[in-house]
Amino acid sequence: MSQSTMDRPLRTEPAPEPAARPRRRLKGGTLLYLYTWLVIIWLIVPIFVMIAFSFNNPAGRYNQHWDGFTLKWWHPAKLFEIQDLSQALWTSLIIAVISSLLSAALGTGIGYALGRYRFRGSGTLNVIMFSTISSPELIMGASLLSLFVSLNVGPGFTTIVIAHVMFSISFVAAIVRARVVTLDRSIEEAAADLGATPWTTFWKVTFPIILPAVFSGILLAFALSIDDFVVTNFTAGSTVTFPLWIWGATRVGLPPQVNVMGTLIFGVGVLIALVTNLRSRKQKKD
Amino acid sequence: MSASNLPDGALLRGLTQRRIGRRDALRISGLSALGATLAACGVQGKAKPGAGASVAPDAVAKYWTGKTKVGHVDFANWPLYMDPKKPELATFTKETGITVTYKEVIQEMGPWFAKVQPQLAAGQSIGYDLMVITNSIQFAQFRDSGFLAPLDHSKLPNFTKNAGAQYTKEAYDPGNVYSVPWASGMTGIAYDETKTKRPITKLADLWDPAFKGKIGMFSDTQELANFGLLKVGANPDKSTSSDWDKAAKELKAQKPLVRKYYDQSYIDALGNGEVWITMAWSGDVFQKNLSDGTNFKFVIPEEGGTIWTDNMTIPITAKAPLDAITLMDFFYRPDIAASIANFIGYVCPVPAAQAEMRAAAAKKKGTDKTSELAAADSKLVFPTDDVYAKLHYYVSFSNVDDQQTFQKTFEPIVLG
Amino acid sequence: MNRLKRQLAPYFLVLPGGLWLLVFFAVPMIAMLSLSLQQGDVVYGYRLTFHWQNYTDAISGYHDQLVRSLIYAAIGTILLIALSFPVAHWIAFYGGKRKPTYLFLLLLPFFVSFVLRTISWRQILTDDGPVLQPLKHIGVLPDSYHLLGTPEAVIGGLVYNYLPFMVLPIYVALERIDPRVVEASRDLYASPALSFRKVILPLALPGVFAGVLMSFVPMASDYVNSEVLGSQSTTMIGQVIQSKYLQTSDYPTASALSFILMAVLLVGIFAYARALGTEDVMKVAAR
Repeated sequence: MSQSTMDRPLRTEPAPEPAARPRRRLKGGTLLYLYTWLVIIWLIVPIFVMIAFSFNNPAGRYNQHWDGFTLKWWHPAKLFEIQDLSQALWTSLIIAVISSLLSAALGTGIGYALGRYRFRGSGTLNVIMFSTISSPELIMGASLLSLFVSLNVGPGFTTIVIAHVMFSISFVAAIVRARVVTLDRSIEEAAADLGATPWTTFWKVTFPIILPAVFSGILLAFALSIDDFVVTNFTAGSTVTFPLWIWGATRVGLPPQVNVMGTLIFGVGVLIALVTNLRSRKQKKD
Repeated sequence: MSASNLPDGALLRGLTQRRIGRRDALRISGLSALGATLAACGVQGKAKPGAGASVAPDAVAKYWTGKTKVGHVDFANWPLYMDPKKPELATFTKETGITVTYKEVIQEMGPWFAKVQPQLAAGQSIGYDLMVITNSIQFAQFRDSGFLAPLDHSKLPNFTKNAGAQYTKEAYDPGNVYSVPWASGMTGIAYDETKTKRPITKLADLWDPAFKGKIGMFSDTQELANFGLLKVGANPDKSTSSDWDKAAKELKAQKPLVRKYYDQSYIDALGNGEVWITMAWSGDVFQKNLSDGTNFKFVIPEEGGTIWTDNMTIPITAKAPLDAITLMDFFYRPDIAASIANFIGYVCPVPAAQAEMRAAAAKKKGTDKTSELAAADSKLVFPTDDVYAKLHYYVSFSNVDDQQTFQKTFEPIVLG
Repeated sequence: MNRLKRQLAPYFLVLPGGLWLLVFFAVPMIAMLSLSLQQGDVVYGYRLTFHWQNYTDAISGYHDQLVRSLIYAAIGTILLIALSFPVAHWIAFYGGKRKPTYLFLLLLPFFVSFVLRTISWRQILTDDGPVLQPLKHIGVLPDSYHLLGTPEAVIGGLVYNYLPFMVLPIYVALERIDPRVVEASRDLYASPALSFRKVILPLALPGVFAGVLMSFVPMASDYVNSEVLGSQSTTMIGQVIQSKYLQTSDYPTASALSFILMAVLLVGIFAYARALGTEDVMKVAAR
């Protein structure tokens, strides 16, 4: 999913065509090529290990050494055998759905306003957005916990959602704004000329155009939420999400089910990224 | 993690181009001034006047009036404290119709208290009706904050009948006003003899430079301090602040040799060869060997070890306290206590369980029989007087200042 | 009426999200500030007494961990630039049609939970693990040799986890360079090295700046890598903060430390911007 947002600069601002590229092939090219692949392999090794150990058949309770191949952990009955792990995964999914939708709604408003209007306060808003994106998660989590203990609010499910929405809004807003800025306003004007009210224009014309950006925003917020550990750790109270469960379980050793779930999340993520990417490329061609 | 702070190209460009100007900085500070008024509030303490060992005479009646059976208990416990198949809970559900959700969510006392404290302070449920906590600083904090429900002993017939005598007069909760023991355990040394190449017998072995980088210690300040105190020849229970300084000095000298200060994760570290010799809790090694076929050893050092008790308590905001206390009492049935002790290998608070285990072993065959007999005869499960003689209680504190001095003395060791 | 509506429109759009950010991002900072000036104990309560000593205590108690975190983050950042620049350079100039594929491969780790991929490294580097065990077996390494628990392992983990934060901005900057500019410099007889130094590097600097910003800050405040891959000799300031908040409930010291960390990072960011803020770079950045 990140991929689709990634190559936006390529779309909005096409780089000079390959034809214009220097024809001279630098000697360092091959070396750099190998180097790049080395880095990529280094990045993938831990993922490979995670996936491999989802097929491990450990002798005891601990999934540490390679003891032989098995598919048994992939069977739903085995996979969801550990009650609290399954529940943690479920909690994570629900939180991710709620917070991504909520932050999409709130972030789209900000992104649209920033991209479309000039208004007092937009500078301040920019600064806050910049701050939420660049400030360390540790500080955000710590300050939220400070707020909750000061107000005597018990942390839990709700506060996790609050936190996730908080750090996702700015990302959604940035993505939507980037799309709104490139909007061709004459289309909206044409709609207005044809007698559409601003309301109708927005929903019938503008919204469909920015929808892909909103969708990217939702996906990004979802990914941010389901993976978040640091901020969640501060705002969770006794609620346990998937990353928090893993964190706790490392003390006595991770069961293979965690590897299967991690692999599944990885697979689904990659699949969504590939699909959205293919779709956007197809659209570009059309 | 945020991971994904990423890849919107437009965003990246924005970051490269936009600098926070002085005006923006002013805006931020203006904003903070606006909210400053909001900050005047402190964090409220929850201590009840006169809290501590004494409890208002009508507190029990007041708490338990109107409590009814819910049919479900959420149980928070430590890892390695029950057979993963949880046969005892199945029996409980069959007999009472009360279902139990059992979670191994407690790994260290400090984090557990810090995690649930804000919720309890806000009067919210922590999602658990029964939790097992150690007789540590945090036990006192839970108790003094008024976070523990006073127990109605009329609902604990099995406990009254079967609990070992010493468990009814523990210093941290005399008369079991707030807690009944789950299990006791000893803190000693676990080691992998194939790596250490020799048997380990004394505390000084944890200071042996030959094991540099392969020694594990506990990160819980009380546990760590206990071993430092025993090393310098002080009795933790009666130690003074000058003993603490000496112990801290000894532990600091050991620091370059220590691989890491562990919580429950030491058992994992021992398993994967990260440490060869480590502070350990008595039952863990027993279970690790059982489940993984390893052959780690556990000893109580010559200089002495410590004994602690993990206790079942009911958080004051529990949704199903009646169900929880029923379950609490259930664990004091000799057959159930025997079944738990047989699996976890920790000190059983029910003396009658020993006979129960021998009887059960007689009916079994093969390895099941030998292992159950071994557990019944184990000095780690049913300690004899000579074992007790080597064991010490935790450091106790007369006031909050003492306790803070203690924390300040030992915390820097763990925090590098 | 309509005009007024149009003027108010952006405020209506911004209001809900803006309020959310205000209440849950800005206001908590103030709560944290207040907390950092309080005194007391978790059982008997903390009271605001403007106890500035919390700050001096925090610094005197934990400056080692703070300095260590900054050093780790600095080393990590330098390694990141060294690792990322060639990769970004190759993809931007030689990637051709496969550019998106390569970027996608670089992003793959983000599809695995942060905690899980760090634990995965732990599994790989563990004392008797697949990397060290064979070397120990053939006697290249002594039995007690270990990678986990060392600064190398922690910095390695940091670099691994934050690599994409560096590669992407540099890539975006390089991607924007018109190859004809590079070609022109070569036509004017600049050697490849000179052309790189005088043309590509200055144009890529804004990307490097963004990369440094996006990786140094989270690395300096990270606590997961040191917790999983390190030991007490690698304790970072983030671990101290989280332990004060989430283990000992010592909120005043914890929040004072958070503010100190934040201040140091902010000063760093501004100092860097100043240092880079020469006219050449600003011109490039403004493009």
